[in-house]
Amino acid sequence: MILGHSDYLAILLSLKVASVATILSLPFGFAVAYLMTYRRFRGIVVLDVIVNLPLTLPPVVIGYLLLLLLGQHGWVGRYVLQPLGIKLIFTWKAAVIATAVVGFPLMVRSIRTGMETIDQRLVQASRTLGAGWFDTIVTVIAPLSIRGLIAGSILMFARGLGEFGATIVVAGNIPGITQTIPLAIYEYVSSPRGDAIAIALCLISICISVAVLVFYEWLGRRMVRAD
Amino acid sequence: MDLTVHVKKKLGTFFLDADFTVQGNSVGIFGPSGGGKSTLISLVAGLRHPDQGFISLDGETLFDSTRGLHMPPEHRRIGIVFQRPHLFPHLSVKSNLLFGYRRCDPRYRRITLDTLVQVMQIEHLLHRGVRHLSGGEKQRVAIGRAVLSNPRLLLMDEPLSAVDDSLKFQIISYLKKTCEAFDIPYLFISHALVEMRVMTDRVITLADGRVTGQVTAEGLARAEMGHAARYVNLIRLSSPRHINSLYAYRWGGGELLLSTDTGPEEGLFQLPSTDIILFKRHPEAISARNLLKCRVSELFETGGRVGVVLNYGGEQLVAVVVGESVRELDIAEGVEIYAAIKATAFRLLG
Repeated sequence: MILGHSDYLAILLSLKVASVATILSLPFGFAVAYLMTYRRFRGIVVLDVIVNLPLTLPPVVIGYLLLLLLGQHGWVGRYVLQPLGIKLIFTWKAAVIATAVVGFPLMVRSIRTGMETIDQRLVQASRTLGAGWFDTIVTVIAPLSIRGLIAGSILMFARGLGEFGATIVVAGNIPGITQTIPLAIYEYVSSPRGDAIAIALCLISICISVAVLVFYEWLGRRMVRAD
Repeated sequence: MDLTVHVKKKLGTFFLDADFTVQGNSVGIFGPSGGGKSTLISLVAGLRHPDQGFISLDGETLFDSTRGLHMPPEHRRIGIVFQRPHLFPHLSVKSNLLFGYRRCDPRYRRITLDTLVQVMQIEHLLHRGVRHLSGGEKQRVAIGRAVLSNPRLLLMDEPLSAVDDSLKFQIISYLKKTCEAFDIPYLFISHALVEMRVMTDRVITLADGRVTGQVTAEGLARAEMGHAARYVNLIRLSSPRHINSLYAYRWGGGELLLSTDTGPEEGLFQLPSTDIILFKRHPEAISARNLLKCRVSELFETGGRVGVVLNYGGEQLVAVVVGESVRELDIAEGVEIYAAIKATAFRLLG
């Protein structure tokens, strides 16, 4: 096999970063989708814009903004992370944050689409049957949003596997530490004899993506059958 | 139930301004579609906030805009049966039924799953998924779910509008039987006069967002007679006897002969008041199979027509005639008169 140890680490790190980013984003994505679907409040437009901004901004811009925010001289970096002894920049955790921010709008959109299909009468029935708003979220809205939650998670995971621009700025491209598949491919493509490994990593990337999409389709069909 | 509602609510171009106090266990809210019935229900249930006003139930304030008080729906103990069943699709029938029961304070748990299942005859549905129920079964489960939450008031928002005609009165009998068996007061919303008369005693009439009156269900039927609706007699008949091609039911001072397509049915029958022909004297020969010697107990007039209330051995029938007939036949309170009814004029409701 032409892949080296650091290449295997890149594959594992890609899966790890995309998984952790997806799992961490899930409760926030659900909460934001809930707010935007069920609550009417001032500032909803502002929230909508902020959530969707990463869709339209170049990922490099997002990475740079995160660097400014989380770095040693940034607000969060200086006043929150440093006193707690946490270092994020140029670690795999920074890659997770970059991936989470970039994929977040996709997740929120999918969950929202799922929530919007829930019959409002079910929510009202739940309330009149004695369930408070939080109880209703847990026992009615969340189970009925399951399709949206799964779709959003898969979409975000797939997007996370391909994250490049924001990650390279905020986490760097350190083999074995912050180097994910796209970053490794970038490095091999830039080096004189790296084509073969770059193609191998591309194929692996394609295989993972196809597996994720097949899993998504299979799950969708299973759910339709369950109906 | 002692319900006081004094609320104002603006929804787009529609304005609801309802002001009433009502006592009773079976109260109706009657009015045309778009008159504000469903909005009123959502305000009583706490699903919407009135713009201003006051709502109290049995002495407890549910909403008071001057004190900034809005009791959330989950604390009101007011159940709702909607137009459609709206069962939770991710739960089994049993879990749907127990949804409200599990959240009900144990102090108020009078009705249990076992007793409900017995009264509503739904044991065979318990372990099914809600997707495997027929329309009528779904609505029965929805009624059961609301009842099992042990509410102090049950709101029924046109619960029969999405049910097939053939099932309507079957569901009505479930509703009535269940509420009576468990002594649950209810507010029944409908724009169907017959449903209103079967389900309720007192009726609040609502039109264009305003309460236009409070009458008895019978009074409403008589008042509506002069407008679009015709008066329909509702007669409960049982224990039929087969005579030739007809069925004879004991009723009032004698028997009623019915010709039904479906065989010897029992239950609530409707008889349109215009299908009763009145004779001053005994007609010697007549094709109608029922000729009842009645006494006129009351006359009432609405919209150019006259309702003649007939007493037949303690039972009551209303025949509707035009004013000219009343004068020609000398119909007045206390006179004896013959009422002819065709055997085919009756229709089983359920």
